[in-house]
Amino acid sequence: MHLQDFWFILIAVLWIGYFFLEGFDFGVGILTRLLARNTAERRVLINTIGPVWDGNEVWLLTAGGATFAAFPDWYATLFSGFFVPLLIILVCLIVRGVSFEYRHQRDSERWQRNWELAIFWTSLLPAFLWGVAFGNIVRGVAIDQDKNYVGTFWDLLNPYALLGGLTTLALFTFHGAVFTALKTTGDIRHRARVQATVLGLVTAALAAAFLIWTQVHTGNGWSLAALIVAVLALVAALGANQVGREGWAFGFSGVTIAAAVGMLFLSLFPDVMPSTLNDAWSLTVSNSSSSPYTLKVMTIVAVVFTPLVLLYQGWTYWVFRRRIGVQHIPAAAHH
Amino acid sequence: MDLAVAHETISRWQFGITTVYHFLFVPLTISLASIVACLQTAWVRTGKEKYFHATKFWGKLFLINIAMGVVTGIVQEFQFGMNWSDYSRFVGDVFGAPLAMEALIAFFFESTFIGLWIFGWDKLPKKIHLACIWMVAIGTALSAYFILAANSWMQHPVGYRIDPVTGKAQLTDIVRVLTQNTTLVQVFHTLTAAFLTGAAFVVGIASYHLWRAKQGKETDRRKTAAMRTSLRFGLAIAVVAGLGTAISGDTLGKVMFEQQPMKMAAAEALWDTQAPAPFSVFAVGDVSKGHNSVALEIPGILSFLAHNDFSSEVPGINDIAAAEAAQHGGQPTDYIPNIFVTYWGFRLMIGFGMTSFVAALIGLWTTRRKFWLAPEHRTGEDEPPKLMLTRNREMNVFFTRWSWRIGILTMGFPLVANSFGWIFTEMGRQPWVVFGLMRTRDAVSPNVSVGTQVLGLATLTALYAILAVIEVKLLAKYAAAGPNTDEKPPAKDPTLRGPSDEDSDQPLAFAY
Repeated sequence: MHLQDFWFILIAVLWIGYFFLEGFDFGVGILTRLLARNTAERRVLINTIGPVWDGNEVWLLTAGGATFAAFPDWYATLFSGFFVPLLIILVCLIVRGVSFEYRHQRDSERWQRNWELAIFWTSLLPAFLWGVAFGNIVRGVAIDQDKNYVGTFWDLLNPYALLGGLTTLALFTFHGAVFTALKTTGDIRHRARVQATVLGLVTAALAAAFLIWTQVHTGNGWSLAALIVAVLALVAALGANQVGREGWAFGFSGVTIAAAVGMLFLSLFPDVMPSTLNDAWSLTVSNSSSSPYTLKVMTIVAVVFTPLVLLYQGWTYWVFRRRIGVQHIPAAAHH
Repeated sequence: MDLAVAHETISRWQFGITTVYHFLFVPLTISLASIVACLQTAWVRTGKEKYFHATKFWGKLFLINIAMGVVTGIVQEFQFGMNWSDYSRFVGDVFGAPLAMEALIAFFFESTFIGLWIFGWDKLPKKIHLACIWMVAIGTALSAYFILAANSWMQHPVGYRIDPVTGKAQLTDIVRVLTQNTTLVQVFHTLTAAFLTGAAFVVGIASYHLWRAKQGKETDRRKTAAMRTSLRFGLAIAVVAGLGTAISGDTLGKVMFEQQPMKMAAAEALWDTQAPAPFSVFAVGDVSKGHNSVALEIPGILSFLAHNDFSSEVPGINDIAAAEAAQHGGQPTDYIPNIFVTYWGFRLMIGFGMTSFVAALIGLWTTRRKFWLAPEHRTGEDEPPKLMLTRNREMNVFFTRWSWRIGILTMGFPLVANSFGWIFTEMGRQPWVVFGLMRTRDAVSPNVSVGTQVLGLATLTALYAILAVIEVKLLAKYAAAGPNTDEKPPAKDPTLRGPSDEDSDQPLAFAY
């Protein structure tokens, strides 16, 4: 296998890791308005991801950095081309991180309510916009012969990409609901399960439409296999949730995300950003990658450190494995 | 304004604002992580309450600070692609590697272990919990190393070749990129400056509390004990780090004289080549004519700073610019950075940095304990120290008051010094974005419209300004409140097996 293909897979894996982990972070953020009924319940939700959200977000930075190192042209075209949506996402991620850390620092009700509102919107918008961005990457955008995106911001809001955005929004919210059911105890856990069923059905409808559209438009044999896995996993997640097997439900919703994102990358390969203007101007794994030496260096680094990261991040989840409920939330904001 | 000029100007302002803002938090994060780790180590080893309270107190301020450091760092990772896509295409093969290593090796490390440290007080055994904050401290330093390796490559490109087919930079030797002298000296200088910053921060806040205690406004003696320990610890670090900053700064200067003579000539407003070259104390220049109209100088010092010898020749701005124009084409004026900013940036960096070093040196002497004090001047560990000039002589009331005030003021000085140091480094190499290889004006994204760039600049500047107000208010609130002496460590040392059933409904030790 060429190192370029290996790095295409590795970047797909980093994005899958990001959407798997930050997917439920976004979902939990959105559920602070859909599911939680009062401040105590909102705090339960926020604290299910408290120790881990920061580490989860680093998957995005690593995906960005890895793209810069392995496919500089992809990095340059993508982020200069999608300037405005990326700016909105960055603003959301900034405000969101600060919200988690600062919400509890003052005892004022207004202060806390404002940060809680911020958590909801800054979780919802990126969950939607990432889907729009990937919809456009797969569909192809107006790239000229100098590898520059020459369309406008409004061109990115086409029906296919918007459907992609709604799909990721629903999928992440469902993933978050299943995660909440797994991590909480008491009343909130049961309501999370009920809500997961509704969200799962909405997700199933949207995901089916989006993935089948993708398959028809740009699919191949491999992407069809991934599509089938994604659909089956979603059905399995719904079933497991229905019978109260929360661990299995979470596992399957994770597989759904992995297979759906995997499918997008499989239908993309060997392109990394197709051009709608001229097939010859498309960015591919071979015309946008770094030199063999750089790829070799980065391969060694990735092979050594990725398993290590998985190991200690996994350990973190084990340390904080206990369910939490309203009774675990300390009464007042401390000091 | 010419469109190409507007492109470059707006992108430069955006990168400058976001990076200077980011770097207000970074040095505090790097040093406070280690300072908190040391205090927690002292607590784990001795079990003394004052160390626990100090750990919690500085830990709290550390967390308020790191939150901003983390979120402003996210922008940095994507800005290269957004605003500087032609640069990204040109250097990605080389520049991307340290950036990706930083994320994979350092970012994961610090973000994961900071979560364990914040939430792990009642979940992890004491020593493992302590190891977590040390991991964070190592992660922050590693991250600084990788990003400075990337920056140093832009200052002095090594370990690459220009691909004859694509005309782009291509990595040929990663070890050279990671170990060249520019990188190593830059890392040493940045880390020592970071520790000076954190130490001055600790000294300033501790001084505030001790000065209040001295005036009788603060009566909680346990609080005073924690602050007194912090003060002494902060002073000691500031002295060592200040000395390290000066030494590394001198070394870095010599490296720069060799690699980027224009930057150093600009720092000294040295228009014409001279031997021996003087150190400029004060200058008012006439940039358009290429000379100083007012100049106050110390002869020979610049030659010494450049080459360790008082009479050697140091090239001047006009001659370097003419040589660069001959080599790369264009007018000599194209190769002269903003002299006003580099000249004064360099002076403000040294002035503010060294002021806090000297203040710490004096503080360390006047607050010394036991050994060189007459018995009647010794104070208890939970009382504010007397400021002693000699064995028997206490500072008078006027100087005592001002010493404590300077102690408080000094916490802001290194922050100013850091900013001007970076502004000097980055603006001193203009017009180059990659020294000698790529000009800044050729680096911008050609397809991002001026309107979109203005949107990016305005959005980020406004957001950062609002967050700065919130952050400063929060820091001030908690810094003024001082350590919460009612707080107790977990009653029993937690085990990794997890809690037993009997305390399954106990509230969490920490929750957002």
